[in-house]
Amino acid sequence: MHESMSDSLSVTAGHRRPPAVNAHKKREALTAYVFLAPWFLGLFVITVGPILASLYLSFTDYSLLEEGSWVGADNYVKMFTQDDRFLTSLKVTTIYVVVSVPLQLAFALLLALALDRGLRGLSFYRSIYYLPSLLGGSVAIAILWRKLFGVDGLFNAVLAVFGIEGPGWVSDPDTALGTLILLHVWTFGAPMVIFLAGLRQIPQSYYEAASVDGASRLRQFRSITLPLLTPIIFFNLVLEVIKSFQSFTQSFIVSGGNGGPVDSTLFYTLYLYLKGFKSYEMGYAAAMAWVLLLIIAGLTGVNFLASKYWVFYGDTK
Amino acid sequence: MATRSNAVPFLFRPMRGGRLLKHLMLAGFGLLMLYPLLWMISSSLKPEELIFREPGLLPSTLTLENYSAGWNALKHSFGYYLWNSAVITGLSVLANLVACSLAAYAFARLNFPLKKLWFAIMLGSIMLPHHVTVVPQYILFSNLDWINTIWPLVVPKFLATDAFFIFLMVQFIRTLPRELDEAAAIDGAGYWRVFLQVILPLCTPALATTGIFTFIWTWNDFFSQNLYLTNSDNLTVAVALRQFLDSSGESSWGPMFAMSIVSLGPIFGFFLAGQKYLIRGVATTGLK
Repeated sequence: MHESMSDSLSVTAGHRRPPAVNAHKKREALTAYVFLAPWFLGLFVITVGPILASLYLSFTDYSLLEEGSWVGADNYVKMFTQDDRFLTSLKVTTIYVVVSVPLQLAFALLLALALDRGLRGLSFYRSIYYLPSLLGGSVAIAILWRKLFGVDGLFNAVLAVFGIEGPGWVSDPDTALGTLILLHVWTFGAPMVIFLAGLRQIPQSYYEAASVDGASRLRQFRSITLPLLTPIIFFNLVLEVIKSFQSFTQSFIVSGGNGGPVDSTLFYTLYLYLKGFKSYEMGYAAAMAWVLLLIIAGLTGVNFLASKYWVFYGDTK
Repeated sequence: MATRSNAVPFLFRPMRGGRLLKHLMLAGFGLLMLYPLLWMISSSLKPEELIFREPGLLPSTLTLENYSAGWNALKHSFGYYLWNSAVITGLSVLANLVACSLAAYAFARLNFPLKKLWFAIMLGSIMLPHHVTVVPQYILFSNLDWINTIWPLVVPKFLATDAFFIFLMVQFIRTLPRELDEAAAIDGAGYWRVFLQVILPLCTPALATTGIFTFIWTWNDFFSQNLYLTNSDNLTVAVALRQFLDSSGESSWGPMFAMSIVSLGPIFGFFLAGQKYLIRGVATTGLK
């Protein structure tokens, strides 16, 4: 009690720098490290240690079953020169990200604009549109998707009403990836909520001034809403690219665990999982993980560099 | 009033009498979005042979048969898997609340050497793809003989590895007036008492957001649970559901849908109860 009393006094009298200040600072730092102890332990044992270990493993042919030996850059070389499935998984994932993220964000922005400002029932609509974002990553929804787009699934039943006989969308290599893209677009609710928050930040007076000046609504959107929203669009873009590049569950469940048909839904992380934990080529999987890290860091970096040309940071914040 | 409606962004902007049309479009789109879910619920209540004959939502015959069949379809009753998921999820929620709030208090309120550096590292770890660490982690846990236990799923959370929530709470604590801490300190409270009796109670919204998201993410998580729980006595809901696809082939959709609905139930419940915190959490930090 007495101790903490004198501590607090030294806080209030800090600028006079009595000798107690140093002792107090020390104590504060010590307390901070106690509060941070679990996090430090986790950082080194669960995060930093494994990152370095995985870098080391990526230069070996380690497998859980037998000790590996140093193989230099073999894993990396093999990936890009001999492993067709790796290149396929890279291609599949890239298509998935490039198609689904812009579509998802476009839907999110469109609906956010439709829901913004004073609409009756806004929170009701917002909840409905947001719900799929919460459920979208679950096994149950992936199962549902597999069944929706099966040969005799709901989608084909609806098509049949119009006299169209649809294929088995998840079992056809041409359309299987499309169903996964659709599933990703379906979860546009989370970025939509972020857009809604961003739209609220735009001062109402800007629109008032613009309409006094006779600016059309389209003009207001182009000259006010869109530029002021670019930081949020950028934020959503970075977030969704990182997230969707690591999608796993949906492709695992919808393809039945192998990325089929004919590797058409073989996501990068699924292939990594198959390599590391099915065939126990853990050195190879670690190398894939590092390539993934570099890809994601690279994409994020490119996003940040490109943002200079289209993201507008006004003085509204 | 006139200027206010002028300020609505142009899309779907109501023309005269267009407000109703807009609501019809929004509601129609919402229904389209939820139709797959509603169809799954309705299908789970239909006799097996009717599921694909009727794409409509209202079942002509109602039955709970799928639920009882699904509940008992696997090695253990489905309640067993629900309990396994509940244990892991409950511990994860507790762990994140404790570990992340401790770290957040230190980052938000205390001064210590290299604070900026550690904070930057913490932020960086949020962006780190999980897959980069998963192989060595698996080796580590398998050396500890932790495969097929709940520890690989729970222990990292007690070590505040979900740094996202640290960030969330730091942001929140920073908005609390420092005078509160100082007043408590003058009254003789040390750091722990300030943390426990001043900061934590005021953090309820951030704690609620953390708890709800941890719940939903852990409940939905398939990758880690599928990786670490392979023994058929240890499965969680997410991993058990997948067994329906393996064991029953493509024939028994009814029971599989029924158990899928059961598995989504808790998430839906949290969604209804915690909407305010969910929406706020997404809007401020970009959580999923």
